[in-house]
Amino acid sequence: MLDVKGITVDYGQKRILDDVSFSLKAGHWLMIAGPNGAGKSTIIKALSQGCPYAGKILFEGVNTFKLKPAELAHRLGFLSQSHEVTYSFTVREVVALGRYAYSAGLFGFSSAEDTAKIDAALQATGLSELADRSVLTLSGGELQRTFLAQLFAQDPKIIVLDEPTNNLDLVYQKQIFELIGQWIKGGDRAVISVVHDLSLARLYGTDAILLDHGKIVAKGTPDDAISGKHLNSVYSMDVVGYMRTILSAWENVKNR
Amino acid sequence: MASKSEKFSTAEYAVMLLVTITVFVLCICLGSVTVPVSDVFRNIWGSVTGKAASPEDVSRAIIVSVRLPRVLCVSFTGAALSLCGAAMQGILRNPLADGSTLGVSSGASLGAVLAIAFGAQIPWFSGAGTMLMAMLFAFLSLIVILSLARKLDHSLSTNTIILTGIVFSMFINSIISLVIAFAGDRVKTITFWTMGSLANTVYSNALTLLIALFICGIMILSKARELNAFAIGEDNARSVGVDVKRVKLILLIAVSALIGICVSIGGTIGFVGLVTPHMTRMIVGPNHKKLLPASMFFGAVFLMLADLLSRTLLSPVELPVGVVTSFIGAIMFIYIFCKTRKVQ
Repeated sequence: MLDVKGITVDYGQKRILDDVSFSLKAGHWLMIAGPNGAGKSTIIKALSQGCPYAGKILFEGVNTFKLKPAELAHRLGFLSQSHEVTYSFTVREVVALGRYAYSAGLFGFSSAEDTAKIDAALQATGLSELADRSVLTLSGGELQRTFLAQLFAQDPKIIVLDEPTNNLDLVYQKQIFELIGQWIKGGDRAVISVVHDLSLARLYGTDAILLDHGKIVAKGTPDDAISGKHLNSVYSMDVVGYMRTILSAWENVKNR
Repeated sequence: MASKSEKFSTAEYAVMLLVTITVFVLCICLGSVTVPVSDVFRNIWGSVTGKAASPEDVSRAIIVSVRLPRVLCVSFTGAALSLCGAAMQGILRNPLADGSTLGVSSGASLGAVLAIAFGAQIPWFSGAGTMLMAMLFAFLSLIVILSLARKLDHSLSTNTIILTGIVFSMFINSIISLVIAFAGDRVKTITFWTMGSLANTVYSNALTLLIALFICGIMILSKARELNAFAIGEDNARSVGVDVKRVKLILLIAVSALIGICVSIGGTIGFVGLVTPHMTRMIVGPNHKKLLPASMFFGAVFLMLADLLSRTLLSPVELPVGVVTSFIGAIMFIYIFCKTRKVQ
């Protein structure tokens, strides 16, 4: 579906991304991992055409740089890690914006199809009850689900997530990842997500990229790319050993 | 009005129009000389049909040549400034944004003052040079303030952009004072440019405002959905497919054109675009499909009442209308500031 070819991003004198290439097939979930400052978020910025870059990003052979914003929105949708809401829009109003790229005409009247997609997205994310609530009154998890519902309503081919569960409690983290896992099964779809948590990358990913200082260190299946050897060199520590230590803290917990 | 529909019904528009017209008539009746409502209609009808004033129409001069053009200008200016405020608050996701708090009005004033002081005029159309300079300077000010604020703080937080606007405004006002000190008699007083007044407006001013409001109003109202997207977040707007750069440019052009024209006719009338969109949002919600048109009606009503106060409060002394709006606006500013703090 997606072919990223030799993306390079410079910020002033500094090279943030250096010749990054990868491709993504339908039904796959690509995890982009790496330490802080590795350039993970910059890949997302380039994918959203939010920063200038050298190289090419092809969606089914079409250069996404040449697409109009609305055309890009039909193909790629983005979910960021946090949202600063200022005004008391309702959950439904935020979700309805997902249909923006499909509305024709000057004032963009919504069609029956729009309404159906919005209702379905609210249903899928369990927000039907909260549809008329102000987003200012939501918890972090509910707010993130609202923006996920907006993405579902937008119905892109590829969803791109930037650490979507960073500030969320475990229960919400599980919800979000499971919702995305269900979404990907709905046909010609794929997911790219930037994750800080290496365990999540191994658990949910079908493909993975390990990034360091703007360069791809390893790519392949999560087993190949996020392996002990690669992690140790990138993080300069025994990552796997430490992960095991963390998990061992649970060994004596009785599952009552 | 708290219906769940995304747009106003015809009945809701009719109510808002009725309120606006009622206040309009009231503002023509009241003043240093109070005129009965019946006289207002008879006199306006009389001068439209060209009938000579009869002895009992003594108030015709007051109504037709003084109050009517003034109240027309006041209502159009109120609607325009309020619409601009609502649009800027959406683009910047900041409930404190307004022509005066961002320094755009001061920029426009400088443009107008320079045009008058150096006689930049276009033949056959008096005042056009002033207007064009005011529009141009309003646009340049917006660009300068936005890029300066973005350089200081990439996320464009509430405090940075307002602080930038206020400092910019003070800087520009000092230049205006300087120009006036040199140009002396040609330019109106500094009070006019910092406090605003629509006291001596004529019908041609009202016509100019109406045309500007019509054209820029359509430009802004047609971008209601995009403004909703901006109000939720610029990254989010890009994600759902808004052409961020293009839409922003259109909106900024429309806003600066409107503010430029308002300022060249009435000076800097502060805080109108801050007070009314905020009150409107409390009543109709933040959706711009409702917020923008409702803000125009409320803006017109608010400025008409403020203008009425400015000419009756200390009668026969007349205050600049900006004194009244700034008095209310400054209190409102503190209130909104505290409220947004609490939310965060």
